Amino acid sequence: MNDISSVGDVVAVVLLLIGSFLCLTAGLGVLRFPDVLTRMHAGTKPQVLGFLLIMLGGAIRLQGWSTTWMLLLVAAFQMLTAPVSAHMISRVAYRRRHVRRDLLLVDDLRSGEARDSVYRGDEPADAPPEEPGRALVESRREDEVHRDDGAQREDGADRERPS
Amino acid sequence: MTDEPSGVAHQLRHQLPLLVWLVLVWNFLWGTWSWANLLGGIVVALVVTVLLPLPPVVGGTQIRPLGLLRFLGYFLVDLVTSGAEVAWQTIRPSGIGRSAIIRVQLRTDSDLLLTILAESLTLVPGSMVIDMDRERRTLAVHVLHVADEGDVERQRESVLAQEERVVRAFGSAGEIAALGLSADERAEAPGRRTP
Repeated sequence: MNDISSVGDVVAVVLLLIGSFLCLTAGLGVLRFPDVLTRMHAGTKPQVLGFLLIMLGGAIRLQGWSTTWMLLLVAAFQMLTAPVSAHMISRVAYRRRHVRRDLLLVDDLRSGEARDSVYRGDEPADAPPEEPGRALVESRREDEVHRDDGAQREDGADRERPS
Repeated sequence: MTDEPSGVAHQLRHQLPLLVWLVLVWNFLWGTWSWANLLGGIVVALVVTVLLPLPPVVGGTQIRPLGLLRFLGYFLVDLVTSGAEVAWQTIRPSGIGRSAIIRVQLRTDSDLLLTILAESLTLVPGSMVIDMDRERRTLAVHVLHVADEGDVERQRESVLAQEERVVRAFGSAGEIAALGLSADERAEAPGRRTP
């Protein structure tokens, strides 16, 4: 029963082996790639393809429709959820500046505004402002603007209040 | 998007695809077909949709078989070729070069189509959606391994091509026409946005 006897079995074995190999490259990529964004590529992409191949191999090898339906469901949910988690983690990583900007050829998302170089409060503790000198000036200027706003609001409140 | 009375019957009709999907999942999980499973699935699906209601998808879907086949075909080919490419990049000694974050101006204005586009872009190896500006209809995509500016432009075009395939598979006639319009003309066309 465990002998590799039919064509179907051979196909299943080949699919399982290719799928496992792709999952292995996913692990390698997570280990070897330089930053969060590229690692998310490795962790989700070859793994999805490898995973589908393993599901296909399993469906061929295992007898019975009930298993096939189950594998189909697993594949469907995997393909629905994997991109969402990859996207969420990458987005948070980018916003919290876990990005090797020196490795980016083009970065259209970077606004180039002052906000990029000053602390916004949601970075990790070890993320430095990208231009420390300018960041200091900008954050002082922002403080002043906020203080002015606050003062004006108090004035307005005083004026509106009937005495 | 006419204002109909929002009765239970109307709500159920809106959620019919979701109900069918839930019944299907229930039956797949049991693995065997029987009337008891079907009825049980219907009861569970009704309970889930009534207790945990989701906002309706504005406009609904419209599936074009030819466009869908084309979309799925390209998607599978992309999945395999890019998967092999990324796998090679992980094992080759030189590793990966530089990557890029590109912003692409899209032409569709439908929540559903944009979701399908973002999902399919992120599933295909080598590209990953990082951010989306719904108001300006731009998509920020992280691209693994670009060699030069030419590569960046090619990636931009491939995102737009993917968008076109998605719209031709699931979009309405107006949305397909919007692909060829200029930016000004498009701004006047009504979008399908969840309020």
